[in-house]
Amino acid sequence: MTKEMPVTISPKGRRREFVKKVKELSGQNLQLCYQCGMCTGNCPATANMDISPRRIIELARLGLEEEIAGSRTVWTCASCLACAVNCPRGFDLSKVMEAIRLLTLRKNIDHVRPEDISPQERCELPQIAMVSGLRKFTG
Amino acid sequence: MSAKQTKKKPAATTVKHTAKKPAGTAVKEERQVAARLIPIYIMGKRYEVPEGLTIMKAMEYAGYILIRGCGCRGGTCGACGTFYRKPGDYKLQVALACQKTVEPNMYIAQIPFFPANRAMYDFAGLTAAPEEVFKLYPEMFRCVACNSCTKACPQGIEVMDAVSALKQGNIAGAAQLSFDCIQCGLCTSRCFGELAQYHMFQLARRIYAARIVPRAEHLAGMVKAVNEGKYDRSLDELKQAKEDELKKLYQEREVEPMAAGEDWKPKDTRYL
Amino acid sequence: MSLAYYPGCTLKTQARNLEEPAVASMEALGLKLDELPGWNCCGAVYSLADDDLIHQVAPVRNLIRVKKQGKTKLVTLCAFCLNSLKRANLLMKEDAEKRDTLNSFIDEGIDYSGEVEVVHLLEVLRDEVGWETLSQKVKFPLRELKVAPYYGCTLLRPREIAIDNVEDPTILREFLEALGASPVDFPESTRCCGSYQVISSPDSIAEYTRPILSSALSHGAEALVVTCPLCDYNLARGQKELAKKQGGFREMPLFYFTQLLALALGLGPQICHFELNHGKPESLLKEKNLLSQVESLQLIGGKE
Repeated sequence: MTKEMPVTISPKGRRREFVKKVKELSGQNLQLCYQCGMCTGNCPATANMDISPRRIIELARLGLEEEIAGSRTVWTCASCLACAVNCPRGFDLSKVMEAIRLLTLRKNIDHVRPEDISPQERCELPQIAMVSGLRKFTG
Repeated sequence: MSAKQTKKKPAATTVKHTAKKPAGTAVKEERQVAARLIPIYIMGKRYEVPEGLTIMKAMEYAGYILIRGCGCRGGTCGACGTFYRKPGDYKLQVALACQKTVEPNMYIAQIPFFPANRAMYDFAGLTAAPEEVFKLYPEMFRCVACNSCTKACPQGIEVMDAVSALKQGNIAGAAQLSFDCIQCGLCTSRCFGELAQYHMFQLARRIYAARIVPRAEHLAGMVKAVNEGKYDRSLDELKQAKEDELKKLYQEREVEPMAAGEDWKPKDTRYL
Repeated sequence: MSLAYYPGCTLKTQARNLEEPAVASMEALGLKLDELPGWNCCGAVYSLADDDLIHQVAPVRNLIRVKKQGKTKLVTLCAFCLNSLKRANLLMKEDAEKRDTLNSFIDEGIDYSGEVEVVHLLEVLRDEVGWETLSQKVKFPLRELKVAPYYGCTLLRPREIAIDNVEDPTILREFLEALGASPVDFPESTRCCGSYQVISSPDSIAEYTRPILSSALSHGAEALVVTCPLCDYNLARGQKELAKKQGGFREMPLFYFTQLLALALGLGPQICHFELNHGKPESLLKEKNLLSQVESLQLIGGKE
């Protein structure tokens, strides 16, 4: 379950550059979201997330980059698009998740290293798992 | 690359030739031959070199002594991989310095070595299963099919297609496609996914040759026949023959005709 | 008649049991699957970033190669590949600026603007063969086989590329009915199996697949039918771990839809390569008398 912890919002914590980059990379209008929570309700991965998908949007548009960076959420997302097809505002959260991941990956900081996948798994996993996983988690 | 530049040669319009006569009659002749000089840029510095030289020879003409980035000088060792560009053209070109002749205003940079991840393995324990390659080079799945590797290959290999074959588990296909690879490493230097293509291909070729290609049965049969002594008598006869006899045998030997069919046999069948 | 066919890397190794029964079945139905020469990896996932073009190169290159062949339709079996190719195709159709950049970068000789239609084999069976015709060609109806259709994500999301109704798909049910089987609908049939999370947090796969498997079981399913090698792998891995952790959690056979197709068309179990299946299918098939024409199943290196 996601923890609903209080977050301090202050002008000092806002990273305007971060908000701008997320908007550009995702091509989404962050203001569309009215925090209804349909995305979180439909997401199959919330059990492993510390911050819910809904809160990620709120944190993103408030520019609270550090909060998001410390969270597992974007790395737990499987791009299943359940959020996107169910959003009443037509907002594509999967693109925002990808944008946030890329802001780290493009700094040449990988989330997964191929050598950390066990040799046994490298033999057993279907190629599509390796290709997709390395695309989403390495820069 | 450590290339030492000793002295800068003056822009000469003559090339000295030393013509040697057969042994015992060495006479030096000097002929003045006019060779057109063209400008090339070696690591950004301009030199005038005679056209018609290879890049490698041109670098040596310019005064560089090549102790890296130079090997067989015959286009097969892969040491002299070179990138170059021409002014006004954004396209990056590739060549082997020992094979490619200089062109006016080419800007060259050699890549004698490029760091590439090479997996450690005990070949004896490897099978022909595609998973062996997946296990040793998981980074191959980072390939995005951008084709930069193919564009960087001086041997004209379809590098992207060979990587694709490996991803599909087609080791034989990758081995065949990469046959002409000379391990120059230029593909690796350009790879978006940071793959070491030439190391992967070498593994594929090793597996292909040792585990996939059928053994040549006629060769095994021949080796067996030799070991069983089938040719001992005829070899002994030849060894004991005198020089004149050998010369006669050689000069009178029967030669298989060019268009001989499968069932052609020599008249003298003693040595079959 | 023949259709340009895109296999995808996994179908040449682990998922031969998805490809081979498909090729044989389509031949039997008079629609030959013609493998696209020189096909390359499709990229598996669609890149979601607005400025990322390099990751579109792989799928677009394949579509260009289809166009070069003079074909206007491309069929895939793997749902992952369908999603990647179809979304990239849509990009080339709709975004003029990106289309121009990609065309000038990709050195395949011709320009591409979405002239090829990308379809999944299920769509071909529904739209070109037709369920009526298919059921007439069935020699061994899969009677009493209570199989739950599992769609996963990639056939139905995003809406622009969905092959069926996004909330309430019926294509797999119709397919199974045409084969004479008893489809078992269940609410979690479009829930994600975990996808590529298997490489970064393999332990999470059991939790991703638990709701899917327990829902299917509680609705009376004896087996699941899948269309994607990654769903197949994750569901198999998930149910194995769940069976270990929870006493009483039953592991089910997982079939590729093409295996059921080949069986029903009377092409025999050997072309299906059941030895590559996760979850033992043969005992269930024997129980339902669905292996009549070939006496024994060759288990070559059968997976446990």
